[in-house]
Amino acid sequence: MIEVEKLSKIYQMGEQQVSALAGVDFRIEKGEFVAIMGPSGSGKSTLMNLLGCLDLPSSGIYRLENLDIQDLKPNQLAEVRNRRIGFVFQSFNLLPRASALENTELPLLYGRVHNATEIALQALDRVGLAHRAKHKPTELSGGERQRVAIARALVNSPAIILADEPTGNLDSATGKEIMDLFQELNREAVTLILVTHEQEIAQQAKRIMLMKDGKIIDDTFKETEPC
Amino acid sequence: MLIWDLFKMALRSLVTHKLRTFLTALGIIIGVASVISMISIGEGARRQTLDTISKFGTNIITIKPGQQKSRHVATGKVDTLTLDDADFIEENIPLITGVAAQVYQSAQLKFENKNTNSTVRGTGASYARLANFEMDRGRYFNQEEIRSAKRVCVVGSTVLKNLFEGQNPLGKTIKVDGKNFLVIGTTVPKGALSWFDPDDQIFIPVTTAQKRVFGMDYVQSIDVQAGQIDDLEIIKEDISRILRQKHNIAEGKEDDFYVQNSSQWLNSWGDAAKTFTYLLGGIAAISLMVGGIGIMNIMLVSVTERTREIGIRKAIGAKKKEILEQFLIESVVISFLGGGIGVLLGIGISRVVSGMGDWETVVSTQSILLAFGFSVAIGIFFGFYPANKAANLNPIDALRYE
Repeated sequence: MIEVEKLSKIYQMGEQQVSALAGVDFRIEKGEFVAIMGPSGSGKSTLMNLLGCLDLPSSGIYRLENLDIQDLKPNQLAEVRNRRIGFVFQSFNLLPRASALENTELPLLYGRVHNATEIALQALDRVGLAHRAKHKPTELSGGERQRVAIARALVNSPAIILADEPTGNLDSATGKEIMDLFQELNREAVTLILVTHEQEIAQQAKRIMLMKDGKIIDDTFKETEPC
Repeated sequence: MLIWDLFKMALRSLVTHKLRTFLTALGIIIGVASVISMISIGEGARRQTLDTISKFGTNIITIKPGQQKSRHVATGKVDTLTLDDADFIEENIPLITGVAAQVYQSAQLKFENKNTNSTVRGTGASYARLANFEMDRGRYFNQEEIRSAKRVCVVGSTVLKNLFEGQNPLGKTIKVDGKNFLVIGTTVPKGALSWFDPDDQIFIPVTTAQKRVFGMDYVQSIDVQAGQIDDLEIIKEDISRILRQKHNIAEGKEDDFYVQNSSQWLNSWGDAAKTFTYLLGGIAAISLMVGGIGIMNIMLVSVTERTREIGIRKAIGAKKKEILEQFLIESVVISFLGGGIGVLLGIGISRVVSGMGDWETVVSTQSILLAFGFSVAIGIFFGFYPANKAANLNPIDALRYE
């Protein structure tokens, strides 16, 4: 599903070269639930950007569903983001003037999918927000907003969902609800990759990768066999 | 993303910022309205001038003595044309419908204790018809009165006003350079042009003018009326040919007369008015450009404000082209809107202008299409840079933008 080999990213900061990711290797199979942990500056954001096809590596190989991402052009990357990747952000990143339904629909519109409204409604239903479809993000609570974001991430049936501190802006009760939702989705065989600071959140994943100085220093499976 | 969805998104963002959209469109509104109203005023002025000039007859060829060296400046001898020439032309060119020889000079007119200085024009009987003078009262003099050089006159409306102040002039006697003339008719006013008042003159038989008033045996011009405008060139050639023959001008020598027609005048005036229209239109077009810069300015602000939105769209799969289109559609919608309102406003302004006085205005479809097309083109042109800036944003930076 995901194959990463000697993946590295070097940023040019003026005269200096900063190695944000120093050659990482791993594989993630379909249906896994992976938490990536590490202090800030450890390279986990860089890794997320690369996995999310928002950026290209300086060297190494990133293969997503047998597609060599590092060789793609910007438009092809946009298509991969649209069809195979769902993003969930810490700050929700919904369009403020569009309703929950319209926000959920957006990836389908960019993907030129027919019956966009119908599919988006199903996705909203899946996160338990079908009754709030017409509401704008400002009329929704934080937890509801994050659910809309998850519905938007799900709507194109992507290969992976990347969640960057998805509970960071939520109180612990709402955070737990969101994590329960992730658990539920994972049981339905959605592949999840989650970046977090919080040990407690990470513990809910089946696999924890620990990063430091651009390298993966620990990779633990909580269950012996990922399903 | 279908174009319709992009269009809906553009509309939503414009409706959200109603005041900003209106102010941005205002530049285009003013530009388009001024282009349309300025061109309509210029075009109206042109039509009005041409109308006035054509009151003098567009199918008239004028023959004058001497040579025309440059535009409207004659040199050479002034006594080379005679009444004989006029008759000769009338007899020998079948395509013409009238000939009127003229002599004219300024002279003092006197009636009772009132004086005025006006043009005294000695003409043939058909002059009134040729020069589009209509009779108000009485009649024009006839062939018989010309043959016998009678002292009769027809009075223009300005002279009438100055000398008679509303009295009926028919049957009254006025003095022209001290000589008595019987008034037999008056003409309908034609309206003054800026350089010349055709109503400030009296008309007397050409023979009377030559013998009894001015003391000359030549004529100062001969007007020839063409039956059809299309024949003007042929008639001009015929006139030159037979006059050269009659004047015994050897081959290779210059004419001792020159021929011109009023359509040349018409053209040069038309050209001048056209230049005026272009000038007005050009000034207005500059304001349209300024409106375009306004669009660019606001779109740049809008792109910066919506950096995060652009990041979100890119993250969920919007291609560069789709972001570009979204912003381009917004600026085109603004300019389209501004263009539409501007067209209506421009038509309104030219209506008001023509309602205010005797300014004629002509709103041409051409100017509407021009202004409207130009405003949309400006929307695309000035919208492109901001849209391109948006499309080229890096999604990672855009997502982090606060």
